[in-house]
Amino acid sequence: MSPDFLKLIFGRLTIESLPLHEPIVVGTFAVVATGGLVMFAGLTYFRLWSYLWREWFTSVDHKRIGIMYMILGIVMLLRGFADALMMRLQQALAFGGSEGYLNSHHYDQVFTAHGVIMIFFVAMPLVTGLMNFVVPLQIGARDVSFPFLNNFSFWMTVGGAVLVMASLFIGEFARTGWLAYPPLSNIGYSPDVGVDYYIWGLQVAGVGTTLSGINLICTIVKLRCPGMTMMKMPVFTWTSLCTNVLIVASFPVLTVVLALLSLDRYVGTNFFTNDFGGSPMMYVNLIWIWGHPEVYILVLPAFGIFSEVTSTFSGKRLFGYTSMVYATVVITILSYLVWLHHFFTMGSGASVNSFFGITTMIISIPTGAKMFNWLFTMYRGRIRYELPMLWTIAFMLTFVLGGMTGVLLAVPPADFVLHNSLFLIAHFHNVIIGGVVFGAFAGINYWFPKAFGFKLDPFWGKLSFWFWVTGFYLAFMPLYVLGLMGVTRRLRVFDDPSLQIWFVIAGIGAFLVFLGILSMLMQFAVSFLRREQLKDVTGDPWDARTLEWATSSPPPDYNFAFTPVVHDNDAWWDMKRRGYLRPLTGFKPIHMPSSTGTGIILAGFATAMGFGLIWYIWWLAAASFIAMLAVGIGHTFNYHRDFDISADDVIRAEDARTKLLAGAK
Amino acid sequence: MTVAVNPTQTGEPVFYLADEHPHPEGYSTSLGFWIYLMSDCLIFAILFATFGVLGGNYAAGPAPKDLFELPLVAVNTSMLLLSSITYGFAMLTMQQNKIAQTQMWLAITGLFGLAFIGIELSEFAHMIHEGATPQRSAFLSAFFTLVGTHGLHVSCGLIWLVTLMVQVQKFGLIEANRRRLMCLSMFWHFLDVVWIGVFTFVYLLGVLR
Repeated sequence: MSPDFLKLIFGRLTIESLPLHEPIVVGTFAVVATGGLVMFAGLTYFRLWSYLWREWFTSVDHKRIGIMYMILGIVMLLRGFADALMMRLQQALAFGGSEGYLNSHHYDQVFTAHGVIMIFFVAMPLVTGLMNFVVPLQIGARDVSFPFLNNFSFWMTVGGAVLVMASLFIGEFARTGWLAYPPLSNIGYSPDVGVDYYIWGLQVAGVGTTLSGINLICTIVKLRCPGMTMMKMPVFTWTSLCTNVLIVASFPVLTVVLALLSLDRYVGTNFFTNDFGGSPMMYVNLIWIWGHPEVYILVLPAFGIFSEVTSTFSGKRLFGYTSMVYATVVITILSYLVWLHHFFTMGSGASVNSFFGITTMIISIPTGAKMFNWLFTMYRGRIRYELPMLWTIAFMLTFVLGGMTGVLLAVPPADFVLHNSLFLIAHFHNVIIGGVVFGAFAGINYWFPKAFGFKLDPFWGKLSFWFWVTGFYLAFMPLYVLGLMGVTRRLRVFDDPSLQIWFVIAGIGAFLVFLGILSMLMQFAVSFLRREQLKDVTGDPWDARTLEWATSSPPPDYNFAFTPVVHDNDAWWDMKRRGYLRPLTGFKPIHMPSSTGTGIILAGFATAMGFGLIWYIWWLAAASFIAMLAVGIGHTFNYHRDFDISADDVIRAEDARTKLLAGAK
Repeated sequence: MTVAVNPTQTGEPVFYLADEHPHPEGYSTSLGFWIYLMSDCLIFAILFATFGVLGGNYAAGPAPKDLFELPLVAVNTSMLLLSSITYGFAMLTMQQNKIAQTQMWLAITGLFGLAFIGIELSEFAHMIHEGATPQRSAFLSAFFTLVGTHGLHVSCGLIWLVTLMVQVQKFGLIEANRRRLMCLSMFWHFLDVVWIGVFTFVYLLGVLR
């Protein structure tokens, strides 16, 4: 076959694109492929495919979509963490003339993939998953505003993850760092597919994120149950609202900046080039206008989780509800006024730097107010040290530390010294792990019984907790020290042997975190096996305060047989206190949205289009685009997207619950 | 939906709705669509900002004065403005439940939109023919991207318009179709507003620059 013909079919994808000469990658591929085959065979053997398709992949139920987001986040955590371990090992080894075990080509991909995966495909799915699962339940709604869009958003996120994962085995990933600054990321310096994988992975996932943001805002604004005024919403719902406002008001910026970068790469425009009037700093500004709100997108829901957990496990109403809400809103607004602190060294001058330094420091005020609110909630509370509360306490200690190093970095002269050093790396891991990751784990442990009807095993949970917390400190405190000594980020080899001990300690810390992750997987497995002992039939295992605990665990498809009416911030607590009696009669049919496969099909075509664009397989890109258009338009011709759950089915489900509750007493 | 959330006359608090009605279909749609429009607005905001920063970087290439033919752009602008008016007429006839007239106004709107796209493309072709390509300078990159993104939106609007005309023909002016026409109406007027920004900042101020 002629090379031209092959090029027409496969674009720039050739047999050399497969990393067959890289033993590490081949080994990884073998493991992943075997795992995948075993899973595939298992699902086929137990005939689970049609069940999965019917009940999960095509489901528009916000609870199922939320759970699928969590699974995606945890699976991607394993990949992102494998990258972290590889980096720690490389840096602990590469001293005294040793080159370590990763060449620079490989190492640069590893640190880029680590950052991209951890932010976009671990933290985002975990946060979005929790919001999806919890928010409609907390506001007494039956589903989100646009259930089909919710399913589509999820599969777009998966599509982005698939593209990033594909880069491991087909071609390569970007070697630019997680924000792909030009001119390095431009076609002249990164002519291969790495940056294209980065761009299309994020664009596909970004569509999903934006749509899910719109969806959740509408849900919170329009679907609250009667009586739930804005100032009676649970704090987690408030922080979710603010987070989704941030998503809608910042992800379009990312979309544009990546689109402009792709125009530079594909068309040859001059947005971020060094000549013909382009400006690389324009890219850095734009991407941080998205990037800074992004960190608050991640951490605000975590703040919400900690608020719910603290008040539940202290047995008290949350201290300073109003100030908590205002602090959240203030953080939301301020997060748009600080982006330049990511590049004080750009040379924008003293006045500009002072402005952004001061706005950055001001953010610590509302955050500090929150911290005091949590402390005062605990004060004189009857604190129960269950797993969610342990994670919350670890968060409070860790986050304060990370916040203080953040304020340090906000001082422009200090930043000139610490810019791009390991001090910065230590700082943002300090706040992201201490805030977002601990928050997600608190949330998982807190809401797991709601999702599955049994608690998570406390022994393995505590093991995981202690490994994670000690591992975190061991891994990142040395980086503060190294950063103060002037070690910059993303280095592959070191000359000064006196630094090695710090990297070895950090490596041990990372290994402890690895044990923490293993313990967590073990916790899931053990809890599943012991599900009868850990069972909760009441639907309210923690004696909690908000509406999601008013229904059964797991909640029925329709969430609430009757829409609740709310009189108090802590609606469920109020209901329990005032002798609420669960209605046993008078059930009616409930109107619900129907499942549809359109979301997964559309996302599949979008992913194929991304793949075609990455490899210059133009026919594939064009065909997928047309298919996407056709399926999308075809979907709008279906006007019957709802059905009624019959009153009989509701009665059956509710009677079953009545029996369970009677048995529990 | 109005519900008594206060204690009933007997003094017993109400904790659930015994008699409720599901939210009407499309209950959240207009809010959702507004929020979507605002996110789209942000896309244009960034493109405007980019043009603002890079719009003076001609790289020794052609400047707006050499390129823009204001009379042509004025004609083009009037096409889009007229299409907004005719879309308004379509909405008025829709309120009166007149399918044929609604379809006619929608078709006229589509023709104006098509004319707009046609003039824009010929303008682009002319510029590229003169060597003012998107690759020539940062100014031209920003120009083609901002104006082109708007044109792309109008094209999407046209596809949407045709789809809706088919659906109105097939299913009539049912509630769902009215809602969809309303959304497209907002989208269409939104693009009009954006174009006024483009006309002012890119073309008029560009020629003054």
